Amino acid sequence: MEINLEEAFQKRIDDEIKIEPRDWMPEKYRKTLLRQISQHAHSEIVGMLPEGNWITRAPNLRRKVALLAKVQDEAGHGLYLYSAAETLGMSRDEMLNELHTGKAKYSSIFNYPTLTWADMGAIGWLVDGAAIMNQVPLCRASYGPYARAMVRVCKEESFHQRQGYEIMLTLCQGTPEQKAMAQDALNRWWWPSMMMFGPNDDNSPNSAQSTKWKIKRFSNDELRQKFVDVSVPQAEILGITIPDPDLKWNEARGHYDFGVINWDEFNQVVAGNGPCNKQRLKARVDAWEKGAWVREAAVAYAEKREKRNSNKENSNAA
Amino acid sequence: MSNKEWPLWEVFIRAKQGLNHKHVGSLHAADVQMAIENARDVYTRRMEGVSIWVVESKHLHANEPSEQDELFDPANDKIYRHPTFYILPEELNHM
Repeated sequence: MEINLEEAFQKRIDDEIKIEPRDWMPEKYRKTLLRQISQHAHSEIVGMLPEGNWITRAPNLRRKVALLAKVQDEAGHGLYLYSAAETLGMSRDEMLNELHTGKAKYSSIFNYPTLTWADMGAIGWLVDGAAIMNQVPLCRASYGPYARAMVRVCKEESFHQRQGYEIMLTLCQGTPEQKAMAQDALNRWWWPSMMMFGPNDDNSPNSAQSTKWKIKRFSNDELRQKFVDVSVPQAEILGITIPDPDLKWNEARGHYDFGVINWDEFNQVVAGNGPCNKQRLKARVDAWEKGAWVREAAVAYAEKREKRNSNKENSNAA
Repeated sequence: MSNKEWPLWEVFIRAKQGLNHKHVGSLHAADVQMAIENARDVYTRRMEGVSIWVVESKHLHANEPSEQDELFDPANDKIYRHPTFYILPEELNHM
């Protein structure tokens, strides 16, 4: 029986029929998605922190409203994704608890500090650029609620990347100090952005199953290559240099070759030893704990109002 | 400290006058007013809507996906419900 269900399920996937929340699905499919979508949601929420750092110090009002809108979008993206994850049977509070206790991960990129205003440019350009690369294929993921959430996310991300690139462009056309600041931001964000695509294909054990289930449409290395290929000409327009001495066009492959990623660093940051892991998690836990009274007060108010309304109805009936 | 989770609401948005409300997703809110305000912030940041419906998810009822076939089967063999079932002369042109 179980076997037949699984075969029928795989056939639906192969036929590009989306899976919806109440449809039968293998337990492992549910778990894989739940982990991926909740971690994606956590990344959006934690991802607000490095940029939130610069909202009050944006150089002018135009930059400030744009950054504020971008950070607000990220909150929205987190909420779309938490909703999608909840359809798989885990409550919002359970997910948040997993984040706060360190059981659930989020994208390691957000464990790096934002030291200068140019980091807002580099993050929009590179981090959101890499995110778009990862996310566009997810709009066709086999799980309906995830795919629909990703369509909304992707529509909004393009503004994020353009606002980041514009910040970089402005700095690169400014004083030598401003251009140096942009170069410094590129130096610090390039490799962490490259790591956003995850381990190399031969070191990514879950990829095959996710590909078979059409959660994943391209491999980590394919997406990383695509990211390099589009980023190089973008850096050229800016007139700054990608910090990779091995980066060069390979005529035969039709792609840029690039250097080896420092996987030690990647593993260290994933393990919790990045520059800001503790700070990021503490900010989230503090927000949750310090907001508890607001959540409680809202519930108390809703209950009081409901009571008052039903009393009114009763007295009207009498 | 109470650990009560805010209830879940389903959100429906009318994109513009003349169209029906369409399900866009869900969110948590303590009451209906907060649900509508949050829906505005989460789902209509870029003028995606002119009207919002919210309904608490627990009030939404649906058919069983496992019974999908028998539920929708009866429509399959009733092709006479479609206009093309009827054979009419060419000269009639558009009917």
